[in-house]
Amino acid sequence: MKVAITSKGMDLEADVDPRFGRCQYFLIVDPDTMNFEGLSNESAMASGGAGPQAAQAISEKGVGAVITGNVGPNAFQALDAAGIKIYIGANGTIRDMIDKFKRGELEEAGGANVGSHSGMGGRR
Amino acid sequence: MKISIASGKGGTGKTTIAVNMALSLDDAMLIDCDVEEPNCHLFFKEPMEKVRDVGIPVPEFDLDKCDRCGKCADFCQYNAIAVIKDKLLFFEELCHGCGGCKIICPLDVITEVEHFLGVIEKGGTDDMVLYHGLLNIGEPFGVPIIRTVKDLADDSKTVIFDSPPGTACPAVEAMNDSDYVILVTEPTPFGLHDLRLAVDVVIKIGTPFGVVVNRGGIGDDRVDRYCREEEIPLLATIPNDLDIARLYSKGIPIIKGMPEYKDVFAGIYDKIDEIIDGRGAY
Repeated sequence: MKVAITSKGMDLEADVDPRFGRCQYFLIVDPDTMNFEGLSNESAMASGGAGPQAAQAISEKGVGAVITGNVGPNAFQALDAAGIKIYIGANGTIRDMIDKFKRGELEEAGGANVGSHSGMGGRR
Repeated sequence: MKISIASGKGGTGKTTIAVNMALSLDDAMLIDCDVEEPNCHLFFKEPMEKVRDVGIPVPEFDLDKCDRCGKCADFCQYNAIAVIKDKLLFFEELCHGCGGCKIICPLDVITEVEHFLGVIEKGGTDDMVLYHGLLNIGEPFGVPIIRTVKDLADDSKTVIFDSPPGTACPAVEAMNDSDYVILVTEPTPFGLHDLRLAVDVVIKIGTPFGVVVNRGGIGDDRVDRYCREEEIPLLATIPNDLDIARLYSKGIPIIKGMPEYKDVFAGIYDKIDEIIDGRGAY
């Protein structure tokens, strides 16, 4: 099963981007082989609805889980609809997070853990 | 004539200028376009009365007929619709009511239903009507209410629009279609910074504009210098006066407590009238 990780860079040593809908990149990683594909997040600059749009984009990549810092209500609803598991509270490098994921040490989100627009910096 | 009172920075005195100008003119009406926080009515004794509800058409989907082709989700510029696997999700608070999804749907599964955003209310005095829009709490999107309340403008009168602060969609909507825009600022570095942002927007809109400095005497002279350098008309300076602040804190228009100011506010209108007629100094 492939997992998508919100990332600040395009390689496994990059740090996790704590935002979901407005993260800079998604790394789509196969935890078994550590092969990965980088995906620039087209939703980062959306005026609204970044979460659901990002969820659609990674759903089309066929991932089974998302690893990120925080997830808002609309993104949660969209990921849940896609049957994608959501692991939150991630921080550190992408490689570390994959290791934690494999060891079952990541926290699975039962709902949104932040409000709408939390990834929009000081604007709201 | 339609005059919008706007500002980049909040709390500069838009409402003070709008209310006192409207009350200083013979045949004016006042429209408060700050639908998130209308406050012109605080300066009038009569309570506001509801005129009508305002809503936007939002889609309702017949999910039995829908084949999840996703064309509506691709079309929606506001990401209000998502189609993920076999599920269609609609995020009502993101919908701007444009109706595009209904047009684009090949299977005609969308009907439109009214989503209420807020109300229009009426108040003011016998001589000077005030309308305002009031956005429901929790709604993120006030532009349709601003559009609706602006439609109540009586073209035979001088209509003063009190705009929301800032330079985003609500402020642009409140300034659009006016004959003149007054930008209210305070003479501080912060005031000047946000004035420049507002000037950029008004230039894009293409409406003639001038500046009123409120709380003159505080800060520095950089706003004056900026206006001179950019050849922006400085229409008036309202001084930083404790008596004005006292009246304001009691909800009394300046010209009711200090009638000598009536000429100042009527004078702003006269200057604008001259500028628009091409007889002005600028």
